[in-house]
Amino acid sequence: MSHGHAEVITTHEVHHDEHGAHHHHQSFITKYVFSQDHKIIAKQFLITGMIWAIIGGLMSVLFRLQLGYPDQTFPWLEDILGNWAKGGKITPENYYALVTMHGTILVFFVLTGGLSGTFANFLIPLQCGARDMASPMMNMLSYWFFFGGSIVMLSSLFIQTGPFSGGWTAYPPLSALGDASPGSKTGMDLWITAMAMFVVSSLLGGLNYVSTVLNLRTKGMSMTRLPLTIWALFFTAVLGILSFPVLLSGFILLLFDRHGGTSFYLSDIYIAATNQALPNEGGSAILFQHLFWFLGHPEVYIILLPAMGMASEILSVNSRKPIFGYMAMVGSLFAITILAFLVWAHHMFVTGLNPFLGSVFVLLTLLIAVPSAIKVFNWLTTIWKANIKFTPGMLFALGFVSLFISGGLTGIFLGNSTLDIHLHDTYFVIAHFHIVMGVSAFFGMFAGIYHWFPKMYGRYMNNTLAYIHFWVTLIGAYLIFWPMHYEGLAGMPRRYLDYSNWSSFNMFGDLNKFISTVAMIVFAIQLLFVFNFFYSIWKGRKVTTLNPWGATTLEWTTPIHPGHGNWEGEIPEVHRWAYDYSKDGRDFIPQTEPIGPNESKH
Amino acid sequence: MTTTGLFLLAILALGFLITFQIAKASEYVSVLKGEKKSFEQNNKINGFLMVVFLVLGLIGVWYCNKALYPKTLMPHPSASDHGENIDTMLKITLLITGIVFLLTQILLFWFAYKYQYSEKRRAFYYPHNNKLEVLWTTVPAITLCLLVGFGLYYWFKITGEAPSNAMQVEITGRQFGWIYRYPGKDNTFGKKYFRMIDEAEGNLLGMLWKDSTMDTPNGVQSLKADATGYDDIIQTTAMYLVVDKPVKLIINSRDVIHDVGLPHFRMKMDAVPGTPTTMWFTPKYTTKKMKEITGNPNFEYEIACDQMCGNGHYSMKGLIKVVDEQEYKFWLASQKPAYTPAVTAAPAPAAQPAHADTTAKDHAGAIVPKGVLAAKR
Repeated sequence: MSHGHAEVITTHEVHHDEHGAHHHHQSFITKYVFSQDHKIIAKQFLITGMIWAIIGGLMSVLFRLQLGYPDQTFPWLEDILGNWAKGGKITPENYYALVTMHGTILVFFVLTGGLSGTFANFLIPLQCGARDMASPMMNMLSYWFFFGGSIVMLSSLFIQTGPFSGGWTAYPPLSALGDASPGSKTGMDLWITAMAMFVVSSLLGGLNYVSTVLNLRTKGMSMTRLPLTIWALFFTAVLGILSFPVLLSGFILLLFDRHGGTSFYLSDIYIAATNQALPNEGGSAILFQHLFWFLGHPEVYIILLPAMGMASEILSVNSRKPIFGYMAMVGSLFAITILAFLVWAHHMFVTGLNPFLGSVFVLLTLLIAVPSAIKVFNWLTTIWKANIKFTPGMLFALGFVSLFISGGLTGIFLGNSTLDIHLHDTYFVIAHFHIVMGVSAFFGMFAGIYHWFPKMYGRYMNNTLAYIHFWVTLIGAYLIFWPMHYEGLAGMPRRYLDYSNWSSFNMFGDLNKFISTVAMIVFAIQLLFVFNFFYSIWKGRKVTTLNPWGATTLEWTTPIHPGHGNWEGEIPEVHRWAYDYSKDGRDFIPQTEPIGPNESKH
Repeated sequence: MTTTGLFLLAILALGFLITFQIAKASEYVSVLKGEKKSFEQNNKINGFLMVVFLVLGLIGVWYCNKALYPKTLMPHPSASDHGENIDTMLKITLLITGIVFLLTQILLFWFAYKYQYSEKRRAFYYPHNNKLEVLWTTVPAITLCLLVGFGLYYWFKITGEAPSNAMQVEITGRQFGWIYRYPGKDNTFGKKYFRMIDEAEGNLLGMLWKDSTMDTPNGVQSLKADATGYDDIIQTTAMYLVVDKPVKLIINSRDVIHDVGLPHFRMKMDAVPGTPTTMWFTPKYTTKKMKEITGNPNFEYEIACDQMCGNGHYSMKGLIKVVDEQEYKFWLASQKPAYTPAVTAAPAPAAQPAHADTTAKDHAGAIVPKGVLAAKR
């Protein structure tokens, strides 16, 4: 162990010469565009993610317009969308394109790339006490692959046959056969290409995060002294490294089926549109679902764990209390990581899966509720007898806990195969995953942005706008998604653009209007947040103290505007865990302070 | 863009501007007031809003239930025996999760309100307590065992073997509709092969009605006609089931993955091309009886496709008519087998709910599948 530390110190000193006290001059291109500074890369991920979030969110506004008002036409839609909305009505093809792109963009490009890309990059070196990532070059490539994937994905919106429109899960045969759906033509090739680049980006980033956490911690920073953010981001990276390659392999087989004449997923298919029986025999369409969900389920935790980590940290800082049950929190993160790999088939209870196999997945799926419950009760105990400061970050962290509870509990319905028969692919599912991994992960992300904005830009975001943003978004999120559970209990299927011809589902017309209206208001409020973000970068109130929140962690020991290399001079040494708040009558004790002779033990 | 659009945009922009100006002004005011004082004020407001949100939220939950519960399927009994089990399971789960939901949300927002910042108080240094942590590991674990136990008991009941007296109906999904097949008088489904599908000749499922030889990627295949298929009834209007008689559905797909979704029976199963699936249940009420139960004179058992299957997915509707034994026999007697010796003369049952234009292409003449040509090379 001591040998390891010695090595770490040498690296630091090498870096010190380069990046420490005297900055070397950089051009705009190397400093802001092809930057190898983890802080700049984090901001690149964040801003790209925000642009994606606006695009993806706007798509949801457009298809909510169709869902809320299926019988009306909006001529102005044709003005902005052209052929997508001929006569002011979104065509089915483009409705499905919007839904598919909304899912793909939000799940991968915003809540994976934008969320862990931002905060793993920003926080891992700063909170571990490292000058930069283990490989800054790979880190830069990670962003540029992400950017490249983004461009390819975006370009698919502008081609003749339209973007991929078979749902973000891209199940074959629909995704394999251009004759079955126009979106499965060139749009799908671009989709696969973009996703492949995204996977590369995610792997380059993930390997970097893991090696940095394991090897570049500063002196004294043992694993058990790491803040929970780092633990969460570490497990996130492990999940990504182990599951994204499986997704990629699934995509490659799909590509072979599409263009190579193979039959991995295809069998016994007759296409009525061309009056043709396809040559493929012996493939299994279900194989793709196994490969997809082997990533797809861990993906949920790739999205959720960083939010959990940040919420834990922010709750503790603003409660002025240590996080309750630190080791249990780490343990439950670990348990979630392991279980995440063992539950994928709960997405496939009604595919004809062997019922016995299904029962094993029921057991493993519901097991996840145990570590989740531990986390919730620990968060509740953290704010018990606290002294809470409602900073914007804290508000969003509290909102995260509320949403995580609400969405997590409905997971107990869907993870139970008996109930899943009825609820599968209904609006109950939409409500469940939007609350638990959509909105709650966004809340974690917002919490992180508000909390670390002062460290990112040396300025504060506007508080009043932040409060409006929080309350409207929290109330709006519940108004949108809570009633959807009832639509699900009526068996209302997802991915329909018009329910008026169904006597079983047409009684929710007014509700759909209501949901659409709220969704538009919530979207508008997010624009307010975006405005607040960019305005505050240049015009926000300046940060004047090193440690505005009174936090114990290392990032607040850096200068207000840290250069590349983060600390001027030596990297501080760590002497204690990250959660000594309100201990021995002191408000907080930074991690860098040596343990005093009379200090009480915990 | 229309004037209303512009007007709405203008209002939106104005709203943004006003909000922003207020926000900016409040920042200046807080600087004037002193950071500490404005922090305390803001903290109080947000703490108060926490408890307001809790109270209004709980009222909202109650109101939402009152308004929407009657519109779900829950007020009426399930139309199948399996569905009753599923409804019981739903109630058990709802009860347990409901208690946890109320408990945790109330604690969360109440604590947030109660322990808001006060200069006089200091937070309680409380890093861990093993007893508590063991408590909230074991209690959820035991509760979940309960849920898993009930769930799997019902799951195996539902997914178990169909009773031997169950009638069998085959349902096949295609873009974008359903094809129903009954085994006919001999009670045996005739063999079929997807390369024999010929919509122009009315062979929707590829029944082996005649001997044929064809080139396939697996070599030349000789297919013998299967006489058991001559009496099979194939149609696309509705599936007729007998009340109180178990039915086993054999589920197929002709092109992409579809899903036989039966909300009133609480049943669902994917239709996967190349991999037949099955599900069975016993309908409890005739369509007529369901009209009385639901108070809806237009009630029908609809089959909803629950798996994204293309642009007509939303319109892929099927129909189930649950009737009594007598009516069923009457209906069955009126059905003609799909096979007619001179099949070419038979009109193709062109029943495609969405995108009916596809059948027009069927008359293009003898189309050799592309794959067969490719295989010849």
